[in-house]
Amino acid sequence: MNDTQEIPLWEVFIRPRNGLSHRHCGSLHAADSEMALQAARDVYTRRGEGLSVWVIPSAQIVASDPQDRDQMFDPSDDKIYRHPSFYDIPDDVGHM
Amino acid sequence: MHAPLFAALIRLADDHLILGHRLSEWCGHAPMLEEDLAMPNIALDLIGQARALYSYAGDIEAAGRDEDLLAFGRLERDYQNLLICELPNGDFAQTMLRQFYFASFMLLFWAEAEGSSNATVAAVAAKAVKEAKYHRRHCGEWVIRLGDGTEESTLRMQEACFVLEPYLGEFFAVDDVAIEMSKASILPNPQSLRGAWLADVCEVFVSAKLQAPDLTHAHKGGRQGRHTEAMGHLLAQLQYMQRSFPNMTW
Amino acid sequence: MYSQGLIGAGSDNTETPEFLTAFQARIDADEKIEPNDPMPAAYRKTLIRQIGQHAHSEIVGMLPESNWITRAPTLRRKVALLAKVQDEGGHGLYLYSAAETLGVSRKEMTEELISGRAKYSSIFNYPTQTWADIGAIGWLVDGAAIMNQVPLCRCSYGPYARAMIRVCKEESFHQRQGYEIMFTLAEGSAAQKDMAQDALNRWWWPSLMMFGPPDGDSLHSDQSTLWKIKRFSNDELRQKFVDATVPQALRLGLTLPDEALAWNEAEGRYDYGEIDWDEFWSVVKGHGPLNKDRVAVRKKAWDDGAWVREAALAYARKRAARAATPLVAE
Repeated sequence: MNDTQEIPLWEVFIRPRNGLSHRHCGSLHAADSEMALQAARDVYTRRGEGLSVWVIPSAQIVASDPQDRDQMFDPSDDKIYRHPSFYDIPDDVGHM
Repeated sequence: MHAPLFAALIRLADDHLILGHRLSEWCGHAPMLEEDLAMPNIALDLIGQARALYSYAGDIEAAGRDEDLLAFGRLERDYQNLLICELPNGDFAQTMLRQFYFASFMLLFWAEAEGSSNATVAAVAAKAVKEAKYHRRHCGEWVIRLGDGTEESTLRMQEACFVLEPYLGEFFAVDDVAIEMSKASILPNPQSLRGAWLADVCEVFVSAKLQAPDLTHAHKGGRQGRHTEAMGHLLAQLQYMQRSFPNMTW
Repeated sequence: MYSQGLIGAGSDNTETPEFLTAFQARIDADEKIEPNDPMPAAYRKTLIRQIGQHAHSEIVGMLPESNWITRAPTLRRKVALLAKVQDEGGHGLYLYSAAETLGVSRKEMTEELISGRAKYSSIFNYPTQTWADIGAIGWLVDGAAIMNQVPLCRCSYGPYARAMIRVCKEESFHQRQGYEIMFTLAEGSAAQKDMAQDALNRWWWPSLMMFGPPDGDSLHSDQSTLWKIKRFSNDELRQKFVDATVPQALRLGLTLPDEALAWNEAEGRYDYGEIDWDEFWSVVKGHGPLNKDRVAVRKKAWDDGAWVREAALAYARKRAARAATPLVAE
């Protein structure tokens, strides 16, 4: 056998503490899910950074294309009625 | 009780220091970068446990020896680690198999020592049991992957089993110190852990497609300071600074 | 970091002046560039080169220090050094990951390193001879690295900037660790003081060389500055390092090996002597004391580990095949 195949890449997500969501913190290489999970622990939680780890094969991530940014995200820009500041109410009503 | 307790602590501390030292030799030379982070994590746990044990041993002895004097300041015949801890690393298969054997044993050992009649020992055990659990998991997974990986890795794993087999019986050897510790409910009797250890090893070995080890022919002597030829060279490095520049602060 | 979709991409040479202008405008507006964004091929190439070299430096940089892990003088020093060298490995890993988002694989980068083609920081081609070298490396080499790296946290390329933030956060203990070693030696016996002074003598000039050739000679600086990959010039960073480090050396009671070193009141900085650039270029070109050894050690680790990596992959394939096979054949 020769060492021609690359060991797969994984994305690592860590929950710093309960109450917060998992956050992407980096990537690593591992041959399978168990080794990826252990590597994530050894690489990314050496200073008490987390209480929970997710690993996901990088190849499984579906990403939007930056070329599609206009059609994907610009249409929401003018929907100002979705924001509370769009609506006028008398000042003396107080915080709402 | 002080003398046997001191002896028992030194034995355990020596096991952890010498094995941690061996594992630290891998730093910068691992088969993949991820493992270059994994192995130091284990080594740091082991050396951390050694420090706690030496410090406590020094307190008990009350002769002014601190962790460093105990770790660096003795002659080879005074080190009492298991011989398996001092063997040269060999290849990655041998390194991982040794760590797995040791972690599997220490996990059982510390789990029982959590209920020690000695509060300091119980506290060390409570911390160490978590660490040993992870070491056993990580190294066990490697044993399975290498045992059931490629033709070459299987051969290397089998060779590692062959090389380490004569050093396994020493884990379970019992002498006056061990009996006294067990009678006082301070530390478990190693012999009592043999069945559970073998079952744990066999469970991993089934997945790894390896043959169960035979503990009949066991090298002994580590607990009496009778070491392999590798030990002196290990100590030459470990003690280099303390021997070259005695009695200084670093 | 999402590199898979990018492997092999990015060498299209259809860059119009409009595209390049629009890209520069994004940079000028301090927008971050992310992996899948369109970017000039030269921007991608520059980053791959720089991040790759940076990663290699972390990996090769493990070697001079790991040379002392088994000989550290106390248990406290031993665990600190082991944790530090482990961190360097982590930093290499973060940086390789950042480079991988640009379409180059870690395997390709590793192969380039072990073939001897890749460059890395020339300082790691010097030997660590005494324990004081571990102090000097932490204090000076990590100190110089921090000077270089802090501005990179604001680099225009998102994954590189994020990796650097993580690196800088972790690295803060490294320099303190080194200085503490030096301080202990400087306060110690005559033999220890001599050891500290000797280490400073040997590591001072190579540390100044870490910032790269003088501004006039640097090939890549101008374009890198425009692209906000580089935020300060080599000489600016070198000066900052000298100004920060000289008082630290004085506090140790040690002498810097530079007779020309003097406080310049008018400019508010330290003037320092001429750097031996012939030595620098000689080491960069592969003729330093340990260039060949460092590469050979990395090559040995990679080659010796091949069967382990193959076994891990083979086992993963078997496991996947087992999971895909129905338990009961019908």
